[in-house]
Amino acid sequence: MNTHKLTKVALNDPVWVRYSLIAVSLATIGLFLLLPLVTIFIEAFAKGWQKYATELSDPNALAAIRLTLWVAFLCVPLTTVFGLASAWAIARFEFRGKSLLTTLIDLPFSVSPVTAGLIFVLLFGAQGWFGEWLRDHDIKIIFATTGIVLATLFITCPFVARELIPLMQEMGNEEEEAALSLGASGWTTFWRVTLPNIKWGLLYGVVLCNARAMGEFGAVSVVSGHIQGLTNTLPLHVENTYNEYNAVGAFAAASLLTVLAVVTLVLKSFLEWQQQRDSDSRAPSEH
Amino acid sequence: MSIILNHISKQFGNFTALNDINLEIPEGELVALLGPSGCGKTTLLRIIAGLERADSGQVLLKGEDKTHKDIRERGIGFVFQHYALFRHMTVFENIAFGLRVKPRKLRPNEAEIHKKVHALLELVQLDWLHNRYPDQLSGGQRQRIALARALAVEPEVLLLDEPFGALDASVRKDLRLWLRHLHENLNVTSIFVTHDQEEAMEVANRVVVFNHGHLEQQGTPSEIYDNPANEFVSRFIGDTNVISLGHHNTEWLKLSGLIIAPDASNSVHIRPHDLDIIKSNTDSAATATLKDWQHLGALIRIELAKKGVNGSPEIIYAQMPNEQFKRLQLSKGDRVDLHIRHAHWFDAA
Repeated sequence: MNTHKLTKVALNDPVWVRYSLIAVSLATIGLFLLLPLVTIFIEAFAKGWQKYATELSDPNALAAIRLTLWVAFLCVPLTTVFGLASAWAIARFEFRGKSLLTTLIDLPFSVSPVTAGLIFVLLFGAQGWFGEWLRDHDIKIIFATTGIVLATLFITCPFVARELIPLMQEMGNEEEEAALSLGASGWTTFWRVTLPNIKWGLLYGVVLCNARAMGEFGAVSVVSGHIQGLTNTLPLHVENTYNEYNAVGAFAAASLLTVLAVVTLVLKSFLEWQQQRDSDSRAPSEH
Repeated sequence: MSIILNHISKQFGNFTALNDINLEIPEGELVALLGPSGCGKTTLLRIIAGLERADSGQVLLKGEDKTHKDIRERGIGFVFQHYALFRHMTVFENIAFGLRVKPRKLRPNEAEIHKKVHALLELVQLDWLHNRYPDQLSGGQRQRIALARALAVEPEVLLLDEPFGALDASVRKDLRLWLRHLHENLNVTSIFVTHDQEEAMEVANRVVVFNHGHLEQQGTPSEIYDNPANEFVSRFIGDTNVISLGHHNTEWLKLSGLIIAPDASNSVHIRPHDLDIIKSNTDSAATATLKDWQHLGALIRIELAKKGVNGSPEIIYAQMPNEQFKRLQLSKGDRVDLHIRHAHWFDAA
């Protein structure tokens, strides 16, 4: 009892320190997070519901929404498959270059998105390495959906893998060995043993990946060419409309991205909670 | 199912896990692979199972060469040290797993699965837990469910990796006897790995002793205890006094009734219960001094000090039943004569 109290007192800073730390945190969050968030919606609805709806049903806005969904629809499954494959390889096998692979998976996090976009222009652009060959075969990558998908894939590929690698390493492979010893095939083992065990981590990665795929600006901006109604994604559309002094249009589109962010945040917390429950139940209890 | 291992070797990098292991296990036996940790016993078990590949050598199950066969084609049941129960499935579903993943033609229908799983649950006396999840069970219960799950596919050989390693001492004692009785009822060839010599001696009807990737000795528990093949086995199985041989000790051994040529071996091993104590009347003939004793239930462990090589005392242990010790009427510091009834020594390597 006594020691417990003592520790607590020892760890307690003076009242003024505590209150100023809390005040600084709250002020920062209010000023830099909440205020802008509120502003987005105030600006979006500045000229009423009607105007908001018109801006979002504008053909260019609709095209941007469609393209954003389409890009996410293509990228998320590919990233998921890549994430599962690489996490499986890293957690389960010993091979040469394993640590290199682990490091490279993180590369998109450390490279500026604009640089990532430029890489693709350099490779597939009109003056790029494969530019001539692509033109001869009538394939368009830069200033087209393909380029946007490629750039987004580059940016989002670590999300699922990074979530799964530590999870699968921690879990070990005894359960999978048990399934095999009971006669299950590799495929059955994956679906009935591995996947149920990693599902929350996997979904967590997918949610984050989806948010980034829909929200990516830098890399996509370089490769898209900002063609209205054709190669504008939602974030690019926000910039376009804003540059055209259409504040309501810009903030209306931005409000959609904000809703996406909030939904992502809620899902993320829910999945973190589920994962915590799983790992609590995994911790060895009494023997 | 009989198991024959021919010249099995396995290397992990520079570490030799197994060095030319030859072993034959007849059908229906309950065998313990015993050795200190890192001696290669678990690796050997995993090679028999097909979870690991040997670098060289053959695994024959029932006379058939299964060296390159997949774990699924070996007809084995494996019980993992940490149970490896599927944590997202109920106890029932865990046990049913092996039946549900059978190829469609061989798969039993739902009623048959139900019947079989409940029969297995009754066998391990845990039917009341069928709808629990693994994290709601105690360690001993998990172990028994893991065993039931392995038995569901009717394996011809059951492999258990340190089956009692993660359990409390009291639970472990119960489960050991239970496993032995279960084996008597099922009569399926079973191999288990353990580093606990008491466990091996108590449960198995055959013990194989490993050290540093070598097979040191195999035999029934009493063969191994009574006739250890070498110094390692003698030290590892049961308690033993190791008396190094030199001029000084040869004299002492002679006084205690053991005549041995000084160059016959490096040392002599004497089990504590092979040492008789006689109260000494004449001070000169005394071969040891009584230092202390401890009660081990029915037995008493007696700590004796004898003169060591450079005059410093050397501690040896004797063991005898309580009653016998009381009759001797000894107290601390008494001088005693010793009589060695039985001892081992091994050719100097």
